[in-house]
Amino acid sequence: MSDTWAGIVFLVTLVAALALVHRPFGDYMARVLTGTRHLAVERGLYRVGGIDANADQTWSRYLRSVLAFSAVGVLFLYLLLRVQHSFWPPYAVPQMSAAQSFNTAASFVTNTNWQSYSGENALGYVVQMVGLTVQNFASAAVGIAVAIALVRGFARNRTDRLGNFWVDLVRISLRILLPISLVLAVVFVGAGMVENFHHYATVHTIAGGSQTIPGGPVASQEAIKELGTNGGGFYNANSAHPFENPTTWTNWIEIFLLLVISFSLPRTFGTMIGDRRQGRAIVAVMAVLALTSVVLLLVFQGIHHGTVPTAVGGATEGTETRFGIPDSGIFATGTTLTSTGAVDSFHDSYTSLGGAMLLLNMMLGEIAPGGTGSGLYGILVLAVIAVFVAGLMVGRTPEYLGKKLGGRELKFASLYLLTTPALALVGTAIAMALPGERAGMLNSGAHGLSEVLYAFTSAANNNGSAFAGLSVNTVWWNYALGIAMLLGRFLPMVFVLGLAGSLGRQKPVPVSEGTLPTHRLLFVGLLTGVAVVVVALTYFPALALGPLAEGLH
Amino acid sequence: MTVPTLATPAPNPPASGPAPAPGPRRVQGGLLDPKILWSAAPDAIRKLNPWTLWRNPVMVIVEIGAVFTTVEAVASPSVFAWLIVAWLWLTVLFANLAEAVAEGRGKAQADALRRAKTDTIARRLVDRDDWTGREEAVPAPQLRQGDRVVVEAGDVIPGDGDVIDGIASVDESAITGESAPVIRESGGDRNSVTGGTRVLSDRIVVEITQKPGESFIDRMIALVEGASRQKTPNEIALNILLASLTIIFLLATVTLQPLAIFSKAQQPGIPDTSALDQNGITGIVIVSLLVCLIPTTIGALLSAIGIAGMDRLVQRNVLAMSGRAVEAAGDVNTLLLDKTGTITLGNRQATDLVPVGDVAVERLADAAQLSSLSDETPEGRSVVVLAKERYGLRERAAGELGHATFVPFTAQTRMSGVDLTAIGGEPARQVRKGAAAAVIAWVRDSGGEVPARTGEVVDGISASGGTPLVVAERRGGGVPQVLGVIQLKDVVKQGMRERFDELRRMGIRTVMITGDNPLTAQAIADEAGVDDFLAEAKPEDKMALIRREQEGGKLVAMTGDGTNDAPALAQADVGVAMNTGTSAAKEAGNMVDLDSDPTKLIEIVEIGKQLLITRGALTTFSIANDVAKYFAIIPAMFAAVYPGLQALNIMRLHSPQSAILSAVIFNALIIVALIPLALRGVRYRPSGASAMLRRNLYVYGLGGLVLPFVGIKVIDLLVQFIPGVR
Repeated sequence: MSDTWAGIVFLVTLVAALALVHRPFGDYMARVLTGTRHLAVERGLYRVGGIDANADQTWSRYLRSVLAFSAVGVLFLYLLLRVQHSFWPPYAVPQMSAAQSFNTAASFVTNTNWQSYSGENALGYVVQMVGLTVQNFASAAVGIAVAIALVRGFARNRTDRLGNFWVDLVRISLRILLPISLVLAVVFVGAGMVENFHHYATVHTIAGGSQTIPGGPVASQEAIKELGTNGGGFYNANSAHPFENPTTWTNWIEIFLLLVISFSLPRTFGTMIGDRRQGRAIVAVMAVLALTSVVLLLVFQGIHHGTVPTAVGGATEGTETRFGIPDSGIFATGTTLTSTGAVDSFHDSYTSLGGAMLLLNMMLGEIAPGGTGSGLYGILVLAVIAVFVAGLMVGRTPEYLGKKLGGRELKFASLYLLTTPALALVGTAIAMALPGERAGMLNSGAHGLSEVLYAFTSAANNNGSAFAGLSVNTVWWNYALGIAMLLGRFLPMVFVLGLAGSLGRQKPVPVSEGTLPTHRLLFVGLLTGVAVVVVALTYFPALALGPLAEGLH
Repeated sequence: MTVPTLATPAPNPPASGPAPAPGPRRVQGGLLDPKILWSAAPDAIRKLNPWTLWRNPVMVIVEIGAVFTTVEAVASPSVFAWLIVAWLWLTVLFANLAEAVAEGRGKAQADALRRAKTDTIARRLVDRDDWTGREEAVPAPQLRQGDRVVVEAGDVIPGDGDVIDGIASVDESAITGESAPVIRESGGDRNSVTGGTRVLSDRIVVEITQKPGESFIDRMIALVEGASRQKTPNEIALNILLASLTIIFLLATVTLQPLAIFSKAQQPGIPDTSALDQNGITGIVIVSLLVCLIPTTIGALLSAIGIAGMDRLVQRNVLAMSGRAVEAAGDVNTLLLDKTGTITLGNRQATDLVPVGDVAVERLADAAQLSSLSDETPEGRSVVVLAKERYGLRERAAGELGHATFVPFTAQTRMSGVDLTAIGGEPARQVRKGAAAAVIAWVRDSGGEVPARTGEVVDGISASGGTPLVVAERRGGGVPQVLGVIQLKDVVKQGMRERFDELRRMGIRTVMITGDNPLTAQAIADEAGVDDFLAEAKPEDKMALIRREQEGGKLVAMTGDGTNDAPALAQADVGVAMNTGTSAAKEAGNMVDLDSDPTKLIEIVEIGKQLLITRGALTTFSIANDVAKYFAIIPAMFAAVYPGLQALNIMRLHSPQSAILSAVIFNALIIVALIPLALRGVRYRPSGASAMLRRNLYVYGLGGLVLPFVGIKVIDLLVQFIPGVR
C-alpha cells in the first residue's frame, strides 16, 4: 500500500471512529454531568473537602472556584519544580530556574503544556507524576467544567445557578478522564510504551557507540496527555519518541484520543439543552473546518518547492519515517486544532504554507474541535457573534437557543473574541521589537518571524506545540509566554462564565417561524464562514510577513 | 382614507399614505434628493467636532487618523499623501453627512410642528367648578395640570387635556395633517384634545392634563428632531461588537509595525518605498490600512439607520416615544387586534332584510331604502345598495319624493328616518329605522302593535354576530307598524387573510379581540384567518392575555384608544394608542398613531424588522468588504520586500500607491453610496427566517465580498492617471 493510500485509510478510519463514538460518549458525559447521584468515593471527597455537593453556584462563585483551584495548582506546581532537585531523585536533576518553573507551572495548569525544557533532562519522576500528570487531569477537567457551565447557562432559565464547580471537577476526573486513561495506559504498555521507574540505561550499540536510554512512567502520562488535550511530552521529542508513540496504530490511537472528547462535547451540549440538532450543527462546523484544514495541509505538503524535498520526493524533513508524511500531517493538524500541542513531527520543517496551516489552526481560536471544554465554549461564543449579526438580518433582536443576545452578552462575547488575538499579536510585536529576544530565532527573515508568531499564538491559545527553532528558555521568553498562557486561559474563562451567568438569568424566547434556525446547513455554513473570516481578517497582515511571504511565489 | 402628511416639508417626497386595502404594499421610505445632501453639508462639517463625534467610536478613530496623516503630510508632502489625507477627511464627512441628512428630514417636520405651537392666551376659569363663571386670561405656557379652560369656536386649544363639558368639532390638521374636523366631547373615549388644535364650533370646557412644556406637540418635536434620541439596546450591543472589531483591527495594524521593520531590515538591498522604509510602514499607509479595516461603513451609517427608522414611522403618521419601542416592534410574537375596524370594516353592512308579520319583503326594502337615502354613513349606504342589488329598487332622488323631511340620527332618539307629505295620491308616510328598542318604543308609544316575531328575529341576528336595525312605518294618520329587520353584519376586510398568512410566516401570531360571543367570534376568526381569538373580552381579559403571553417570553403588540385600554397598552411591549383616543391611552402606550388606524400595527412591525435587518445587512457588508481591501493593501505594502506577495495582488492594481488610494477612496465612497439604503432600509419581504437570512447573506455577505474587488479595480483604473501618483 502506498503512503498516500495508507494516509487516506488512516484518516477515513479516524473520522469513522469519531463519528461512531461521539454520540454514546457525548450522551455518557451529559449523564455524568446532569446526574443527581454521587458515588461513594465522591461523597468521601466532598466530606473531606467540606463541599456541599448539592449547592449550585452563581457564575461569579463558579469562577472564583475555578480561579482558586487553578491558582493553587500553579503555586503547588511552581514550588514542586523549585524544590524537586532536593528530594527523592531517581537520578540527579538540576534545580529549575524561577522563570522556567513559572513558565512550566503556568503551562500545565492552563492546559497549554508548552515546554521550555526537555523532560528527560530537567524533570524527576515525582514532578512528572505528582505535578504534571495531576495537572493533565485537572486542567482538562477545568476546561470541561467551564464549558458545561456555559451549556447550563443556555439550558437553564431564570436562575443564577450554573452548577457546582467542585462536583463537576470531581465527576469529570473520576468518571470520564480516569477510567479511559487507565484503560489506555494499559493498552499503550501493551504496544511497547515504557512504564517504569528506571534510571537512564546506558546501552552499547552494535556499532560500538553507546546510547543513554531514559525510562520513566510514560504510558500512564501519555493517555491523559492526549485525552485531556494537554500535549506535554514526557520526553523532549514528545510523540515522535518511540517510547511515547511506538507504532502507527498507537499514533492513530493518540490522534483519536486527542480528538474524542472535544468532538463528543457538542453531543453533550445538544443533549443537555434538549435539542440534539443544535449539537449536530456545532459538530458539523468543527468537522468541516478540521477536514478542510487537514486536506489543505496535506496538499501543501505535497506541492513543496524546496530543493531537498524535491530531490527526495517529499517534504520528509522533520517527520518520523515510522509515520510518514500523511500520518504526521494528520497528527499535526489534530494537535494544533485541539490545543493539544503534542507533536510527532517537527512543525518548523513543514512547507511554508503547511506551517501556515498549523498556525491558522491555532489562530482559529482552538474551536475545531479545540481543547477539552475550551473548544466547545470557544465555538459557542463564536456562534453568539455569528447569530448576533445574522439574527439582525432576519429582523429580530438576535437570539440563540432561546436566549436574547443583548449588550451584556455581546460584551462578554466580544471580550472573549478579543483576548487571544490581542495576546498573540502584542506578544509577537514586542518580541520582534526587542533585538535581544529576537535573537532566539533559529532562522532569519520570514521563517524566523513565523517562529515567534507561532510561539505566541501557541501560548495565547493554550496549544503548547512549538514551531521549534526558537530558543525560549530565557527569562524573558519564560515570563512572557507564561503570562500569555495564563491570560489566554483565564480571561476567556471569566468572559465565558459571565456570559453563562447572563444567559441563565433570562427567560427563554419561544421559537417561531421568525426565529433564526441554528441547526440547519445554512447556519453551519455561516458559522464556518464567520470563524474563517474573523481569523483571516485578524491575522492576515502578520501571516503575510511570515509564512505567506515565504510560501508564495 | 385621505393622505395625511405632517405639513409636508419641502425636501420630502409626500409620505405615501397608508391605503386602506392591505395588499402586498411594502414598507418603503423616501428617495434621496441631492439637494438634501447639499443642505445637510454645513451640519456635516459642524459634526467634525470631536466632542460630538465621540459617541461613535469607529468614526473617532478615523478622525484621529485623519488628523495624524494631515500632520504627516505637512511634514513630508506628496501628492499621494495629500490625496489620502483628503479622502480620510471625506470619510468622516460622509459619515456625518449620513447622520445630518437623516436628522434633516426630522428637522423639517419639527419646524412644521413648531408653527402650530403659537402662543395662545387661555381663558382659565377662576372657579374650577363653575363652568360658566368668571374667566381670566392666562398665557398658555403658564397653565398647570388641573386648570380648567374655556375654548370656543375659533379659539386654539391652549394645552393637552380632556373635555369635561360640551361637544365641539375640532380641526386637528396641525398634528395629523387631516383636514376633516373631528368631534370631541365630554365623557367617553373621544374626550381628549391636543394643544395647538383649533375648535371650529361650539364651546367646551377643557381640563388641562399636561405639565407645562411637556405637551404632546413638544414631545412630537423632540421625537422627530431626535433631540432625546438615546441608543437602543440593540444599537448598544452592535456598538460593542463594532468597538471590539475596531480594537482587533487596531491591534492587527499597530502590531504589524515591528514585524514590518524587522522584515525590511532583513532585506537590506531593497530600496525604500512610499509605504515602507527603515522606520517601518509610513504613517499615511498604516492609517489607510486601519481605516480600511475598521467597520467604517456600518459605523458611519448606524445612527442614520436608527433616525431613519423613526422617521419612516413619522412618515406613516406614527409617533414612537422611543427607539426601543420601534425595535421591540420587530420582535413582536403576538399581535392583539381589535376586531372592529381592524379585521372587519368598522362599519357594518346590510346583508339581509327580514320582514315580520305579513309584510312583503319589497315593502320592507322600499321603506328601508327611503329611510336610508339621506343616511350618509356606510351602514346607511349599504342599505341603499342592498335594496338596489337584491330587490331592484332604483335609487331615488329627494326631489321625486314630495316634501321629504329627513330625520337625522341622534344619540337621544337612536333612530333616523324620513317624513313624507302626501303627494299625488300617495299618503303621508313616516319611516323610522334604528336600534330595536328605540323603534319598538316609537311604535308602541304611538299605539302600534309589535309582532312577537320581531323580538325573535332581532335576537337571532344578534346571536349570529350581526346587528339588527328595526324598520317601522306610519302611513297616513294610522298607527305605526313594524315592517321588518335589516341585518347589518361585520365584513372582513379584503386581503386580511393574506396579511395574517404573511405574519404567520414571519412567526407572528394574531389574536382577535372582540366583545362578541364566542360563536360569532369563531365565525369571524375563521373567515379572517387569525390564529386565535378572545371573545367577550373585557379589559381585564385583555390584560391577562398579555401577561400570559409575556410570561412565556413573548412580546405582545396591541392597539387601543379607550381609557380602559390604558393598563393593557402600558403592559404590552408595543402599545399603539389611537390619536382619537383618550389622553390616558396615549400616555400609556409607547406609540401614537395620528391616523388612528389600527391596521397600522402590521406596518409598524415591518418597520421594526426592517430597521434591524438594515443594521445587520450593513454590518455584514462592512465586514465582508475587508477581504478585498487586504488584497489591495497588503501586497502594496510588502511586495517590495517579499515579491512573492505580489501573488496576492489579484486585482492587478496599477501601483502600490494607486492600490492604497483606491482602497481608501472606495471605503469613503461606499458610505455615500449606501446613505439612501440606510435611510430607506433594505428591501423587506415578509418571509420565514431561513429564506430571509439566505437572501440577505447572498446580497450583503457575498455582495460585500465581491463588490469591493470590482469597485477598487475601477477606481484604480482612474486613479492611476492622476499626475504624481506613482
